Amino acid sequence: MGKVRLSQEGVVFALAVFLFVAFSLTLNNFLTSGNLIALVRSVAILGILGLGMGLVVIGRGIDLAMVATMVVSLSWVLSMAQSGVPLATALLLGALLALGIGLLSGILVAYADIPAIFTTLAMGLVAYGAGRAFLFQIDVQNTPAGIEWFNFLGTGIVLGIPMPIVAFGTLAALLAAVLRYTRFGRFVYAAGDNAVAARITGIPLRPLIVVQYVITSMIAFLAGVVMAAAVSSMSTRVYNSTMIYDVLLVVVLGGISLSGGRGGVRNVLVGTLLVGVLLNGMTILDITYTTQNLVKSLILLLAITVDSFINPRDEQTSQQSQGDI
Amino acid sequence: MTIRKLLTAGLIALGMAMPTIASADDGLDNPSRNPFYDGLKGKRVVFIPLAMGFDLTEGWAAIMRKQAEDLGYTLEIRDPNWSTDAGTRALTALIADKPDLIIAHNPDVQSYARLLKRAMDAGIKVIQLNLESVVPTDAYVGADWARVGYIQADVLVKQCGTGSGKSGKIAIVRGQPTAASDLYELYAYKQTFAKDPAIQIVSEQAAQYDPAKARAIMETVLQQHPDLCGVVGNWDNQDIGAGAAIQAAGKADDIYVVTSGGGNQIGCDNIEKGLLDMIISYDVPLQGNAINQQIAQTLLAPAAAGESQTAYYTPLTPLTKDNIGPRNCWNLEQLK
Repeated sequence: MGKVRLSQEGVVFALAVFLFVAFSLTLNNFLTSGNLIALVRSVAILGILGLGMGLVVIGRGIDLAMVATMVVSLSWVLSMAQSGVPLATALLLGALLALGIGLLSGILVAYADIPAIFTTLAMGLVAYGAGRAFLFQIDVQNTPAGIEWFNFLGTGIVLGIPMPIVAFGTLAALLAAVLRYTRFGRFVYAAGDNAVAARITGIPLRPLIVVQYVITSMIAFLAGVVMAAAVSSMSTRVYNSTMIYDVLLVVVLGGISLSGGRGGVRNVLVGTLLVGVLLNGMTILDITYTTQNLVKSLILLLAITVDSFINPRDEQTSQQSQGDI
Repeated sequence: MTIRKLLTAGLIALGMAMPTIASADDGLDNPSRNPFYDGLKGKRVVFIPLAMGFDLTEGWAAIMRKQAEDLGYTLEIRDPNWSTDAGTRALTALIADKPDLIIAHNPDVQSYARLLKRAMDAGIKVIQLNLESVVPTDAYVGADWARVGYIQADVLVKQCGTGSGKSGKIAIVRGQPTAASDLYELYAYKQTFAKDPAIQIVSEQAAQYDPAKARAIMETVLQQHPDLCGVVGNWDNQDIGAGAAIQAAGKADDIYVVTSGGGNQIGCDNIEKGLLDMIISYDVPLQGNAINQQIAQTLLAPAAAGESQTAYYTPLTPLTKDNIGPRNCWNLEQLK
């Protein structure tokens, strides 16, 4: 009984620690506070999105529309702000748009019973297409000049820590508390683990699902605010990048099972940390673009392989294949 | 006797010239005018950009649309929205569709190359705009990327090389590592930097046109090399990210950032804000006029598709704090 079972989270954490130690020993200036802050800062937005994705994945869903929601709502905000709408009003409208997208996804998943992966994939396309057609014309929107409080959200420093990290940390703590201590959080786990049983127990399953997607959308909006403030612009090209897969990567790599009901904020943190250490180390080593992609995918493959050796699929997990993607 | 003959001859010549002189009062019908208009009227031109919605393609399209309307040929735009896949599909469909002219903006040097060759074999003329592929077509109009690279690199050698008293450390921020702009610029950087022993390339990373990525890369590089002297980048819209990281580190005055771009007002604003020090501008309005001229010429040329191959490298203007203004910086509203 005293046998220690390594979880995927444990494997990935060990891998992150191993890389961290290796880089610390071999690279100059890796283990400096400046570099460590830059390291976390560079993956903070990915981490924030990962927290949102983590929430729906625990509830046995998935939200592939997150990046589209982030890009469209923020591009609209900035485009309005440039044409003279006060930034605060624009932000409010943008938040409402993000909320609307989440609400629609949630309703389609919860009440129309369309699989989440298709609903949100389509929702991302709809949001992006509608945004490009009606809400903004130029694909890079710049932040209006001279609005200090907005810039502070992305470039400000609190107690020596840059704002994106502060936002990531605060949100992580908040989400961890919600998942652990609130009725809503426990319901998300229950519904993710076994939706039918949760319903029989009396959990309002459908509204619960809708709320998850709304929260995830709002987190995407928040990530967008931090991102726009940090680089003084929002590029809609981000939607065409592999960012949504990177977000999923952080979540799944960290050990949140796609079959739902398992994992937590800690997993997202571990996944984000591994990606951060990897990216930072490879940038310092000045490894070429193609090799970086290769190394990234090999480490992913390694993590998944090690996990399947340590935690082989058994009868119980294979029965749950319905939610597996 | 001879005088009389001469007079008679003069009078006859005058008499013969009379009708011509009379008609000159009504102006002259220019005989070379009609073939120009008739040759262009009703022709079909299709433009495949990288994507619409950003300064370069919107600028060119605005100028191309104006001339198409004026001269009575049609200009269609197939927008692949940054997807090489969608662009390839559009191109394949067009080869069957047979327009008169395809204007291709290549995402990289390889992807469209074979298809452009096939289009020309099918009798469709092809102009490549600003980003070329490895296959030469009827014409290329756009920046000479190697020259952009040489100018950028020379600026940095002056700022950071031997005799400047600086560290000589330079970071290269690449764009899309397979695009023509990136490959040809990189060649020029390497050639130039190799000549000055004081120059040391400390980083060569791709930001894939994404300012957020450029920012993350630059933050890490600055941690490793706080004494960095210069940054050379592929595109202003991307390199503002690198500029933002440098500004956040409080080193905007110590590190020289040189990049290239279309000379859009936003780029000029970013020079004003101190995010960038120099943009080698390939001047989109000028390029728009050059491509218009090339469209007319290619459509009218009697040569078959792919028979003659020309290139026009559009002029380059280095923009700095000293010369940005309405003369060198444009916005889309002006072009429409």
